[in-house]
Amino acid sequence: MSADLDARPAESTRDDGLDPTSPLVTRRRAFGIFLVALAAVTLLFLLGEGGEATFVLRDITGGDPYFQMPDLVVSVGTVVLVVAILAAFAGGIQLARGFGRRTYLVLGLVLALFVFAFLTWATAGSSLNLLAILRLTIRQAVPLVFGALAGVLCERSGVMNIAIEAQFLTAAFTGALVGSVSSNAWVGLLAGAAGGAFIGWLLAVMAIKYRTDQIIVGVVLIVFATGLTSFLASQLLTPNPDLNTPAIVSPIGIPVLSRIPVLGPLFFNHTIFVYGAFAAVLLVHWALFKTKWGLRVRSVGEHPRAADTVGINVYRIRYQAVVLGGAVAGLGGAFFTLDSAAQFSEEMTAGLGFIALAAMIVGRWRPFGALGAALIFGFAGSLSGGLAIVQVPIPSEFLLMAPYLVTIVVVAGLVGRPRPPAADGVPYVKE
Amino acid sequence: MSTSDDPPPEAVDEAVDERERRDEDPGWLARFRTEIVDGQTLLLTFLALVTALAIGAVLIILSEEATRETLTYFFARPGDFFAAAWETVGGAYGALFRGALGGPRAWSETLVSATPLILTGLAFALPFRALIINIGGEGQFLGGALLGGLVGFGVTGLPMVIHLPLTLLAGFLGGAIVGWVAGILKARTGAHEVITTIMLNNIMILLTDYLLLTALFQRPDRPDPISKAVAGSATLPLLFGAGFRVHWGFVLAVLVAIATWWMLERSTLGFEIKAVGHNPRAARFAGMNPDRIYWLVLAIAGGLAALGGIVQLSGVQGRITPGFAAGLGFDGITVALLGRSSPLGVIAAALLFGGLRAGGLAMQADTQISLDLVTVLQALIVIFIAAPALIRSLWHVKTRKESGLEATASGGWSA
Repeated sequence: MSADLDARPAESTRDDGLDPTSPLVTRRRAFGIFLVALAAVTLLFLLGEGGEATFVLRDITGGDPYFQMPDLVVSVGTVVLVVAILAAFAGGIQLARGFGRRTYLVLGLVLALFVFAFLTWATAGSSLNLLAILRLTIRQAVPLVFGALAGVLCERSGVMNIAIEAQFLTAAFTGALVGSVSSNAWVGLLAGAAGGAFIGWLLAVMAIKYRTDQIIVGVVLIVFATGLTSFLASQLLTPNPDLNTPAIVSPIGIPVLSRIPVLGPLFFNHTIFVYGAFAAVLLVHWALFKTKWGLRVRSVGEHPRAADTVGINVYRIRYQAVVLGGAVAGLGGAFFTLDSAAQFSEEMTAGLGFIALAAMIVGRWRPFGALGAALIFGFAGSLSGGLAIVQVPIPSEFLLMAPYLVTIVVVAGLVGRPRPPAADGVPYVKE
Repeated sequence: MSTSDDPPPEAVDEAVDERERRDEDPGWLARFRTEIVDGQTLLLTFLALVTALAIGAVLIILSEEATRETLTYFFARPGDFFAAAWETVGGAYGALFRGALGGPRAWSETLVSATPLILTGLAFALPFRALIINIGGEGQFLGGALLGGLVGFGVTGLPMVIHLPLTLLAGFLGGAIVGWVAGILKARTGAHEVITTIMLNNIMILLTDYLLLTALFQRPDRPDPISKAVAGSATLPLLFGAGFRVHWGFVLAVLVAIATWWMLERSTLGFEIKAVGHNPRAARFAGMNPDRIYWLVLAIAGGLAALGGIVQLSGVQGRITPGFAAGLGFDGITVALLGRSSPLGVIAAALLFGGLRAGGLAMQADTQISLDLVTVLQALIVIFIAAPALIRSLWHVKTRKESGLEATASGGWSA
């Protein structure tokens, strides 16, 4: 991908005084037209049955909130009109003079409002447990966050990690097996991390030592992990069910905070995996951008020759980053068997490793970006279940496609082309 | 002699070798010998197979109850363990071998399993020569089954001479569209085909799940997601009558592989594909248009994988069900890598993996050892093929020619 102006979105929207034929102006117009079109689409929601939509915000997780949040009852017509007007207004400003640096922020806010208008329309005449959907969003995002962070760690050091799915599956298996044998979820958690690290180590050996094409190694590792875990599951776990009943982690309510209405059940009454995912984002961000080690990882991923010249051991740093990344993905894999399912089943990760890969790319190889993308993708997943309950005539498959479609749109450069680390996927040969 | 000691990802070297070889032109038989039957390539492939089988044997021993029990008193009576291990592994691999090659029915099953693998293998091998990595075989396979199936069970009353080719053509088109999307995105916007094809795979899987519940596809008398049956006039006939499942799709796959070989080695398009794979900038300066090659090659590759889908539907399955692709698209990648991305190598590799699959099914039926072992073997073989240095150091095979390093094909997202 060429280093064209699109690669730098922060600057690309400061377009005052530019030639009207410049691509930046074209992009500004395109976003403006998009916003106006969104307003028009929003107005279509008026065609529905109308009436009122009820959003449930009560705590149904069995917590003990200070007070119960009343249901949010809104009129469909009002919400749709307000959102449409806001979107059209934003589109007008965008067309007239542009939002500059804040374009993406405005775009995101308008899209969020659009989703709310859509939900209102979908719920019209019935009720939807919004709190449950948002809570599920966070839970669904957990493996994606871990997987995407694993990708960030590996790829920042210059090793491509397609094999997140393989790390998930292996870790889910080892987590279930060891969690059952030891009857201790924490030991299972460690085993999950070890399983992910094992695949990471295989990836590192093949990519760094044998300099095999990293995309191919990734694909083959996925085939390998799928085969191995399915084989062991049917050979070992099926005849011995007691090897597949891991002790699972239980939710830990944070004192005081967990009793706040809405926010409590949303953020402060979860299992260790959820807290761990948020902590991991902070930790990886800190490790990559605030420590000497992180600087080395990034330099090795951008310009290994230069890093080597100043005495950094390129191979060692890459091994560390890739194995550590594997362990982080392993935590995400352990989530499947030690938190959500409580047993291993063949191919249970169902392509979520690829969504994690997508979250890494859409999040532009940054920990917080990955978190944001994972939350959006998790929302699409949790919404597809929620909408089935209110019987919306939109097949859940199309909502589940959203992460993949978003990723294609993003890598095609329609919304700010992501720029991978310069030496990502390029093996380093010491001279 | 400029043989390729090292398998791909070495398409770059191969392209050079290719030209050197063409200068002297030793004839196709000699080329076949150096390309496929070359001593060390064959030796390394054989050793990869042996090593994978050995690791598979360890997996069998560790996972079987009977052998695991003898391990508990291994130091008291090691003989028990070796006897049990020999019996289990010998029984499993014996069943596998008989299921793959023991008798005409086993041969037929091997060919049935190899048929889609040849086509999905070509779908990876062809673009790989242009250094395009097509991970989208799975989605393209489904695209072929969906569009081809629509013609296969949606259209009735046509004679077979029209209906069957029409069905196959529609199938090809279905996958070609899916491949083309990735290709045109790469050509126009630079979006990396690995990302777009992976995403398209998942989109196609979800699209299949959705379509199977629509009136257009769903079997009318059933509530569950299963498609109508392909009409008799759109079904690939059996090769040797009702006793054997092998169908004309196998012949078609082999012919398509030969056509692909011809296109790569003898046509202008093939030359352009390899030139773009060798160096896109140089190809552009030589007056070629790499962007055109990107979408064209991915569309053709998508069509090849899709042929696998429609052939599997029309020749074996008859109906589309959820999980129809069953990893055959991904398996194509391993087939192409084992076959060193040459169409003839793909046939050989597909036969090997097809035999493993057919044998694996027999093994599962006879000894209750899971068919998934075959997937593990497949992955291991390809890992060893992709990193020949690993096999060399394991078996102390000396390099005949000092090769500097195992070059990579893709070199990153931004390539």
